[in-house]
Amino acid sequence: MKLHEYQAKQVFADAGIPTPGSALATTADEVVEVAEDLGYPVAVKAQVHVGGRGKAGGIKLVEDADEAREAAEDILGMDLKGYTVNKVLVEEAVDFTNELYVGVTMDRGEGKPVVMVSERGGVNIEEVAEEDPDAIAREHVDPAFGLHPYQARKAVYDAGIPREVAGDVASILTTLYDLYEDRDGSDVEVNPLMVTADDEVIAADAVMNIDEDALFRQPELAEMEEEAAEDDLEAKANEYGFDYVRLDGNTGIIGNGAGLVMTTLDLVDYYGGKPANFLDIGGGAKAERVTNALDMVFSDENVDSVVFNIFGGITRGDEVAKGINAALEQFDEIPKPVVVRLAGTNAAEGREILNDELVTVEETLEGAVQRAVDFAAEEGDQ
Amino acid sequence: MSILVDDDTRVVVQGITGGEGKFHAEQMMDYGTNVVAGAVPGKGGQEVAGVPVYDTVDGAVEAEDADASVIFVPPAFAGDAVFEALDTDLDLVVAITEGIPTQDMAKVNKRLSETDTRLIGPNCPGIITPGEAKLGILPGNIFESGDVGLVSRSGTLTYQVVSNLTERGIGQTTAIGIGGDPIIGTSFVDALEAFEADGDTKAVVMCGEIGGEDEEQAAKFIAEYMDTPVAGFIAGRTAPPGKRMGHAGAIVSGSGTGTADSKISALNDAGVPVGDTPNEVAEYVEDFL
Repeated sequence: MKLHEYQAKQVFADAGIPTPGSALATTADEVVEVAEDLGYPVAVKAQVHVGGRGKAGGIKLVEDADEAREAAEDILGMDLKGYTVNKVLVEEAVDFTNELYVGVTMDRGEGKPVVMVSERGGVNIEEVAEEDPDAIAREHVDPAFGLHPYQARKAVYDAGIPREVAGDVASILTTLYDLYEDRDGSDVEVNPLMVTADDEVIAADAVMNIDEDALFRQPELAEMEEEAAEDDLEAKANEYGFDYVRLDGNTGIIGNGAGLVMTTLDLVDYYGGKPANFLDIGGGAKAERVTNALDMVFSDENVDSVVFNIFGGITRGDEVAKGINAALEQFDEIPKPVVVRLAGTNAAEGREILNDELVTVEETLEGAVQRAVDFAAEEGDQ
Repeated sequence: MSILVDDDTRVVVQGITGGEGKFHAEQMMDYGTNVVAGAVPGKGGQEVAGVPVYDTVDGAVEAEDADASVIFVPPAFAGDAVFEALDTDLDLVVAITEGIPTQDMAKVNKRLSETDTRLIGPNCPGIITPGEAKLGILPGNIFESGDVGLVSRSGTLTYQVVSNLTERGIGQTTAIGIGGDPIIGTSFVDALEAFEADGDTKAVVMCGEIGGEDEEQAAKFIAEYMDTPVAGFIAGRTAPPGKRMGHAGAIVSGSGTGTADSKISALNDAGVPVGDTPNEVAEYVEDFL
């Protein structure tokens, strides 16, 4: 789960990390009002979950009320990489002499958290990471002990952070690690961490992503999760509790187990089709869940055919078949052709239950995918 | 022959009084697994599925001389359950639970590095030696005893590939689902090393997926240390960057690491053919044998 910048900054500020003065606004009038209070120049920053907001026109620096209004009108309501901007953060512009980077994340390969510091912060940090990895100092953390103070200092010295601010940067890094640990972060970072002419450091941006699996013990953060202006279908999937990702093709895909569903997507592509989505109904799904899954996929207007691929371990073929029948019997006419492939536990019983007038049954994975791709091509032509 | 489990393995089921735990304990026993006890705090003295339940894992291990455990404990308590298992002298711990917080697993990982116990999972279907024993939730009826080792990050994809093998009359020595989480106990390399050391395993299938660099590490290991032929499959070729595809670990990060292309080319460079379809993987294995 991702926090918005304004939410993350609040968490950081509460933990004692210096952040610029700011307030949230949802209308142009509010933007101007906040900007007048803060004093110009201010930055107007779109609050959406996409990277590279600045480069995409979602952040504007303004010098007076007219510019503030203009920026607000441009940004509020704009579409930023598929997300509609409904909120902006209006923030004091920091007059900086240097931009640093500090962050904490999990190093999967090592199975340990890692803290990172760089003297070359700013919008190009990912390029720096790729082209000059040594420009980012790293320290792995033993999760049993946490970040030792010497490690925070070492990372700061190794990164070549100027002596005047080294102590403050080490202290901010320590606070970030504590937040990462206490709040079950998955990525916690400040980029840029700005250095001012009088050697103050201030968090000009804030990223805080939380481990979804740990939200049960982070109730305050869980409450901050917003119905993002995400795709309506993804919102519907959340309601049903499905792992769902919308893609841009026209062959709808439903399956059980992430690896098998991904494989089904790959096969659709391999046989010349385009996957419309990833939808994992999970293990042990009962009839109702299957019905919901079909409802989900039929709600995507791009879908021209559906392939249902179930390999039952704890999921039972007869339950799946009942769900498919129940979903399709509601329609006078089946919206789009559905191909079903059942294997594993109770697959034969399931195939027996399926109504041949409503669905096309295939024995093999490859056969089912090819059939669905063919259907999608025919429907797409109509 | 097999790796890690066989019909002598004496198994404790942690969480045996829960719905999942009880159901799968019975399924495991039906398959022939030697389940000797359950362990659930506060439920000591009960009997479930015909075996005694103990309050602690240590109590179960002491009393029943167990050497492996399978964990069916809800995610909020599963990290603690793994610690409890690691603090006994069990040889093998299999964690089925999905959704354990990553930082809990980082702590488990640290403890694991200080013990001799092998952890499989979490978020995995378990391990099976066909005809002898299964520890986990794999459907036993699709497996056949034979010469091929299988290691996979995904449950149902494992079943798919196994059924493609079994249809061709190719059986398995042991199949391991290592799990789809970012931090897991047994990596591809660990499993491949065990199969390489097993004289009866004549070929190995590894099924990877996007995310992380475990498959790339495995490719290096295969090139340097393995004589046993390996065939591969990688799921997630069509996955867009930045979207989590079900498994917590299955995500291609923004900077392009963990892609299917990177894994496939690493495996190809190590001499491992990678199938475009699960059935093609089975064809490669048939050619090896």
